[in-house]
Amino acid sequence: MSTFRVPPASGTIPPSHDPFSPPATEKRRRVNESLSTWRWSDRIGYAVAWAIGLGLCAVAFAIVGFMLFKGLSVLSLDLIFSSPQASADQRNSGGFMDPILGTMILVVVGIVIATPIAVCAAVWVVEYGRPTWLARFVESGIEIIAGTPDVILAVFGLALFQQKLFAPLSFTAQGGAVFGRSFIAAGAMMSLIALPMVFSSTREGLQAIPRHVREASFGLGKTRIATIRRVLLPSVRTNIGTGAALGMGRIAGDTAIVLLLAGGTLLLEPQGNVPGVDVLTGTGSSLTTYVFNNSPAGEGNAHDKAYAAAFVLLLIVVLLNFGVDKIARGRKSAQWKT
Amino acid sequence: MGRRLSRFIEQARRPWSDQRAEIVLGALSGLVLLTIFAMVVFIFAKAWPSLSANGLGILGSGHDVDKQLGDIYNSPAGEKNFVYTLNAWPLIYATALTTVLSVGMGIFISLFAAVFIVEFAPESLRRTLNPVIRLLAAVPSVIYGLIGILVLVPFVGNHLISAQRKASVEYVLTGGLSGASLLVAVVILTLMIVPIMVALNVDALNSVPRAWKEGAVALGVNRWRAMWSVSVHAARPAIVAAAVLATCRALGESIMLLMVSGSVGFAPNPLDGITFWFEPLRTVASTIIEGADSLATPAYARTMYALAAMLLASCFILSFAGWLIKQPLKKYGRGV
Repeated sequence: MSTFRVPPASGTIPPSHDPFSPPATEKRRRVNESLSTWRWSDRIGYAVAWAIGLGLCAVAFAIVGFMLFKGLSVLSLDLIFSSPQASADQRNSGGFMDPILGTMILVVVGIVIATPIAVCAAVWVVEYGRPTWLARFVESGIEIIAGTPDVILAVFGLALFQQKLFAPLSFTAQGGAVFGRSFIAAGAMMSLIALPMVFSSTREGLQAIPRHVREASFGLGKTRIATIRRVLLPSVRTNIGTGAALGMGRIAGDTAIVLLLAGGTLLLEPQGNVPGVDVLTGTGSSLTTYVFNNSPAGEGNAHDKAYAAAFVLLLIVVLLNFGVDKIARGRKSAQWKT
Repeated sequence: MGRRLSRFIEQARRPWSDQRAEIVLGALSGLVLLTIFAMVVFIFAKAWPSLSANGLGILGSGHDVDKQLGDIYNSPAGEKNFVYTLNAWPLIYATALTTVLSVGMGIFISLFAAVFIVEFAPESLRRTLNPVIRLLAAVPSVIYGLIGILVLVPFVGNHLISAQRKASVEYVLTGGLSGASLLVAVVILTLMIVPIMVALNVDALNSVPRAWKEGAVALGVNRWRAMWSVSVHAARPAIVAAAVLATCRALGESIMLLMVSGSVGFAPNPLDGITFWFEPLRTVASTIIEGADSLATPAYARTMYALAAMLLASCFILSFAGWLIKQPLKKYGRGV
């Protein structure tokens, strides 16, 4: 793509050339247009494009390098495996095991809610999609959700989960006021962040499967839903996995929803009596809010802790995002002939 | 009970009929639309007391926003005594300012970057740039905020703002110029939205048929011109779509802006010259986040819902406007 090649001119082929022998490996002449023939404005644009390309690389390497340097210099196993303590002194304020657990709970809750709905919606839109206007609406609705800022989702979650109906999902105060903040509430809103990513990657996978595959299955007497379950879903497994991993990365990196909906306690504080479930209906924090609270903008103002937690967070997000390549490459799904 | 449950499970395990599957899947998809509907209803219902009390005055200016928010927070008990008066112009202006500046810069940078990646980058550099763009898009905003507040803000505060400049605003801004400023906010916000736009623009430019470009080159145009006059023109709908998506992102960015922009309800004044860039501000979204702990106060919570409603409305309007802009442009491109 980077250079346009021209085929060798017909005059370069010797007239005695035998058409049945392979063509002589003649070096193709490359047209390297020289920059000196370009107008000045084009040359300036070209230089700007190079500068921006290199600049983006430099910025990315600077960010990663800086976080790596700062993170590795302050991180220790002790920090990861001890709970945070409220303390004005950075040395006594403990580690961030609870926020790590919080992030994991949120990621799991979010993706467990998002994946089935997103996959079902994608299957319905691609395979059934009747009435057409409703399918278009669903598609643009998911686009709208993808474009909705996380603050809005957080505020919506607060309004929703403070309804009496959802009282069992969070803490209820003495007067009957529902607190509306818990891991379930935050995770449910997180699922809206992950949903568009799972949806679009599943939809793309389904659309890439050629018609004749479905027709072969129908020809064997399978119903539409049996085809979906036995043929289509297994072959878009990698797409679902990719979308889910990307969605998990987004969930792990979100701050606004956790700040508003997870209750703002530093430790995991279970609510209720059922063991296991009480953590979900309880409050806590995540790595993102931990970083925020320990930055000068929050109350903690413990730079080292913030850097260490940010490093762990970056590690999780990068692993989730680039683990995607591994999924996609390791299990190459069936190559359909079109 | 157990019998009935086991029968239910048995029934659910049996192969579904097509009709039933269609209805169930369709209903689940309809859940998405229901969620959006509920979102609009809940937010506007909660925001209504504040919106109706303020009317269009909520868009106005003239008062100290932070003081008004304080009054709302401290409003006396009893539904009738709640204070709602808010002139949120400084917040709205700050949001518009950061968004317009960073999206404007972002369109320029992302277009050049996409053209570079698609057409001019050597193979090795292209292979580095793809993960770089994905990495930059994946970094959580709180990490951008952390780098901003711990690296860029002190740098700007200590090296770029002279003592004389700091003294010049002493009587206007109580916090002074600390370095947490419009400049840092716009720089980091641009960095955050550029990767999203680059990824979309690269996809769009790649899907322009190769033959179109080759046709232009065959007519004697150089590669740069061919790229701009053919590919970029054909990809305009996608470029608009990318810009709209980035604008929504920038409008809703809360945590990073809260960290680096000084969190003062102040409207930076372009007439201040260079000082304009060093003035602190606070956007609508970061105002909502900053009051996270105060949401138990009904009057304050309703005010925050009113701000959220404005944000939601502007995002919807933007999406619609982007769709409208795309329609006539599609004629020229292939609807990429």
